[in-house]
Amino acid sequence: MRVQFVMQEIWIGLRRNLTMTISLVITVAIAMALFGTGLLLRQQVAASKDYWYDKIEVSIFLCAKTSSNANCQKQDVTDQQRSEIKAQLEKMPQVSNVQYENKQQAFARFKDRFAGSPGFVQSTREGDIPDSFRVKLKNPEEYKPVAQAMLGHPGVDTVINEQEILKKFFKILNGLQAAALGIALIQVIASVLLVGNTVRLSAFNRRRETGIMRLVGASNTYIQLPFILEGAIAGLIGGVFASVLLVLSKKLLIDRLAGTVQLVSQLGWFQVIMVIIVSICFGVLLCAASSFLTLRRYLKI
Amino acid sequence: MINFDNVTKVYPSQNRPALQHVNVGIEKGEFLFLVGPSGSGKSTFLRLILKEERPSQGHVHVAGKDLSRLSNWKVPHLRRRIGCVFQDFRLLPNKNVFENVAFALEVIGKPRRFIGKVVPEVIDLVGLEGKAHRMPDELSGGEQQRVAIARAFVNRPMILLADEPTGNIDPATSIGIMKVLDRINRTGTTVVMATHDAAIVDAFRKRVVELEDGRVVRDQSRGVYGQAY
Repeated sequence: MRVQFVMQEIWIGLRRNLTMTISLVITVAIAMALFGTGLLLRQQVAASKDYWYDKIEVSIFLCAKTSSNANCQKQDVTDQQRSEIKAQLEKMPQVSNVQYENKQQAFARFKDRFAGSPGFVQSTREGDIPDSFRVKLKNPEEYKPVAQAMLGHPGVDTVINEQEILKKFFKILNGLQAAALGIALIQVIASVLLVGNTVRLSAFNRRRETGIMRLVGASNTYIQLPFILEGAIAGLIGGVFASVLLVLSKKLLIDRLAGTVQLVSQLGWFQVIMVIIVSICFGVLLCAASSFLTLRRYLKI
Repeated sequence: MINFDNVTKVYPSQNRPALQHVNVGIEKGEFLFLVGPSGSGKSTFLRLILKEERPSQGHVHVAGKDLSRLSNWKVPHLRRRIGCVFQDFRLLPNKNVFENVAFALEVIGKPRRFIGKVVPEVIDLVGLEGKAHRMPDELSGGEQQRVAIARAFVNRPMILLADEPTGNIDPATSIGIMKVLDRINRTGTTVVMATHDAAIVDAFRKRVVELEDGRVVRDQSRGVYGQAY
């Protein structure tokens, strides 16, 4: 096998249908960038799920005089109800930890959390936030039985599940991920077809050469290799462009967003590089495989 | 060297067989003219030897091997031992004489040093001394055919197949081409040449196999083109 000869053939092939090669590279680059984005979003979803699920609590607010809930009958919760609720919560198998928070503590935490917006804090008085139990669940998905048991209980005003709020956030991320992977899939189909066309053109351009190669007994690998490598190199260049796009989006989008939005557990460079490696390999294999399959139809051995 | 054993070839799109019950044996070092009108099956005969086609019936043996038992990945090795020349030369227009001949060795992975030694020898053998750096379009038809012969012979095949090699060349030049083929034959290479050229067949007096409608109608040593009886 003479490397230089094969390289020369590849170069001739790529140069002869330059426009096809360029369109192929662009398509592969977009496909791989979207594929990589999809993978990154998936990791982001998984990472933030881990982070948030650790912190998610179910808050059980207790009756206060100011409560509008008919259940409470405009009365504060009694000490007996309070201890009954606590005992029942601690008995439930789904519950891992119960913490009581009285009005003073709740107001202190509220002030602390919204320290950045003083107007908001000033318009709230101590006592506006009722007493509550803050319940941590073993598995945040199993909040329903807890909420149901607590809602009708005397002395309980409302049950708020923080997961409901996060769910919307995850829905958006999941939607973005599905969109990225969906468009990536369409682009992948386009690039497979483009590889097919490029190789077909290339095989047609070089039918004299391949005809002679066949006649003088060049092995099938020797005849096919330049075409397959042609596809693979176009895939590689596309993959490199895709990784540039991914690096740019990491620097300009994710890192910048992380400054403004509290995107905890953001993606590190390690994940980005892993995704880049996966995308490039996928792109190269995709192109090489589709040229191989095309060759079997258009290059008689 | 080459053995056709009751070979019949029917192309899928045609009812009439291209070859019917052909039995021909060709010895090592023989020179054989394959004659007959167009469509009589001469090209099919040559393609079967290269395993470009497979017989519908019967067996083709080349160098002691039954081609129907030869697996596909071994076909390139078979073709390395068979040289081919065609009416239309089939040279690469963007390569010069040396590169055209060297191409046949490059694509079977021969080392550069070997190519540098062998190619000039063959170019001399076919009578193209000093023209190694000409491009094909700077050569006459006869010279182009010599390049094609050099390319077919550069790997020293056991068999040289020539499909109407003088079909595009004037009679005077054809004699020169035939001399080159004869020289190659004298090195021990078996030559099978399909031709229409009566003058050449008559002049050389080699074995003649005549095909008509896919059947062998004459097999004669030291024969002539037309019916001799």
